[in-house]
Amino acid sequence: MGEVTTLFLPKAADASVSAQAASPGYWRNVRHHLQRDPITVAVTLLLLLIIASAIFAPVFATYDPYQGNILTRLQPIGTPGHWLGTDETGRDLYSRLVYGGRLSLLEGVIPVSSALMVGGFLGIVAGYAGGLTNSLIMRTMDVFYAFPSVLLAIAICGILGNGFVNSMFALSIVFVPPLTRISETVTAQVRGLDFVEAARASGTTTMQIIRYHVLSNVLGPILVYATSLISISIILAAGLSFLGLGVNPPSAEWGVMLNSLRQAIYVQPYVAALPGLMIFVTSMCFNLMSDGLRSAMDVRLNT
Amino acid sequence: MRGGLLNRRVATVQAVDDVSFSVAKGEVLGIVGESGCGKSTTARLLMHLIAPDAGEVIFDGEPVGAPHGITVKELRRKMQMVFQDSYASLNPRMTIVESIAYAPRMHGMPAAASRQRAEALLGQVGLNPSQFARRYPHELSGGQRQRVNIARALALEPRLVILDEAVSALDKSIEAQVLNLLRDLKDRYNLTYLFISHDLNVVEYVSDRVLVMYLGRVVETGPVDSIYLRPRHPYTRALLAAKPTLDPDRRTKHFPLTGDPPNPINPPSGCRFRTRCAFATAVCAEHVPALAPPTDGEDPWHLVACHLPEAQANTETAHAR
Repeated sequence: MGEVTTLFLPKAADASVSAQAASPGYWRNVRHHLQRDPITVAVTLLLLLIIASAIFAPVFATYDPYQGNILTRLQPIGTPGHWLGTDETGRDLYSRLVYGGRLSLLEGVIPVSSALMVGGFLGIVAGYAGGLTNSLIMRTMDVFYAFPSVLLAIAICGILGNGFVNSMFALSIVFVPPLTRISETVTAQVRGLDFVEAARASGTTTMQIIRYHVLSNVLGPILVYATSLISISIILAAGLSFLGLGVNPPSAEWGVMLNSLRQAIYVQPYVAALPGLMIFVTSMCFNLMSDGLRSAMDVRLNT
Repeated sequence: MRGGLLNRRVATVQAVDDVSFSVAKGEVLGIVGESGCGKSTTARLLMHLIAPDAGEVIFDGEPVGAPHGITVKELRRKMQMVFQDSYASLNPRMTIVESIAYAPRMHGMPAAASRQRAEALLGQVGLNPSQFARRYPHELSGGQRQRVNIARALALEPRLVILDEAVSALDKSIEAQVLNLLRDLKDRYNLTYLFISHDLNVVEYVSDRVLVMYLGRVVETGPVDSIYLRPRHPYTRALLAAKPTLDPDRRTKHFPLTGDPPNPINPPSGCRFRTRCAFATAVCAEHVPALAPPTDGEDPWHLVACHLPEAQANTETAHAR
């Protein structure tokens, strides 16, 4: 370019934006809005508490989750020493819920994370490439979409056998099609925008364009959707365990506990419902957090 | 056009049909026409953003995509484009200096150097880098964003810049500033411009030569003075006459051209303008008119696609049917 001479043309006509410090980045803006939303904050704190209790279960629990005294089985809520009662073999319910959080939370996060990697990748490729590649990938996903997720999970677990690992694998497969679909939709939208065309026009490679231009615009909506899937994953995993296809007793896991406490529903209904309550609360927390994230990202676009 | 099950080909739109032209180094070629005449598609075909069904692009004597010519990637270093929508042209998640520095960096320039060049370019287009560098596109006005787009187009030091309706979305005063900026940049960097617009006044102000398009075909081309003072194609005459007069005593009473262009999926046979042309005869429906020098023998650089000498020579406007 030779000599660089700066040229400051009079900006009277378009000096509508006053001089200011650099604007905070996009994600910092999102975090700023998240912090202002009371529901999201409350829900996130509750979730952090549940996660902390799961990680530091030995600290939070009061009893060994596997040791029970048959003589003290099915005690009601508020029993001295067992403030949430005991289950059908006399194990302390509170401690089992705390330890159960470990498996249940993992069952929420692991399938969604692995499906995110596979489905996100496939969806972005399909959305960016278009044409035959897109058709191949999306029509394959449609085949899986034809099955209701519960039935698909049960079918895969039925083939592979029960157990924690198999149920994780089955749920991952269940979540790949929806994540692929949403990744493809968002990527195709972004692909059609002018700045991606401008990036193509600058002669950069496809990988560079995807990395610098597509990903940053696409990850937001995908992440919001994935977060909402976590709650579904927890419920589905609990369902699988309830049916005997997931985790086996005597492991502490909320779905398994629901199953084994089924017969106790006439004796101690509140105690029997507690694992279900935990599933409900955790799922709701993930859902509301996902909603809050989506609002925070939308608000940013409106400023 | 694709649609229906399995995205079959449902219909074919010939957006651009048999368009050939050349651009001399250092000139400004203006391309005018109604909306939907294929101007933007032509630009995208030149940049190879759309794959052409047939035809070739020759840059500086070297064919693009041919084994002994230059690659599309190399072409894109030499030819850049500024789009109409200034906001959609910028990645909302990147600061404007990052947007400008992106292309040089991806082509191998180190990050610091490309950032420096980006800031220098911001200064060149009239945006103080210390104020604007770390801003996001939504924090700029339309005119400022378009300057950023121009800076980005210049980041790779191209030889030819295609301006696809680049000033159409701006206020008139901003438009004037940006046009002056474009002229300064052209002089400074020895650029060649392809200026696409539907605004006849702007094209007249900016261009050296003009190409008039209608429904995917070139109908007339020539030096700007020749086209504007003595248009020879009925369509061009009508287009120029469609400008409202500024004299309240001589208001435009008859509109020279009414209605919409025919459907590009099913264009008229032969000359595509014949359905709206007052001079159309049988030969117009049978043969596609070739772009040739005018029948009266004057102005050999002024090419017209019309069969009829009387249509070319007529100085009144072609009235609509």
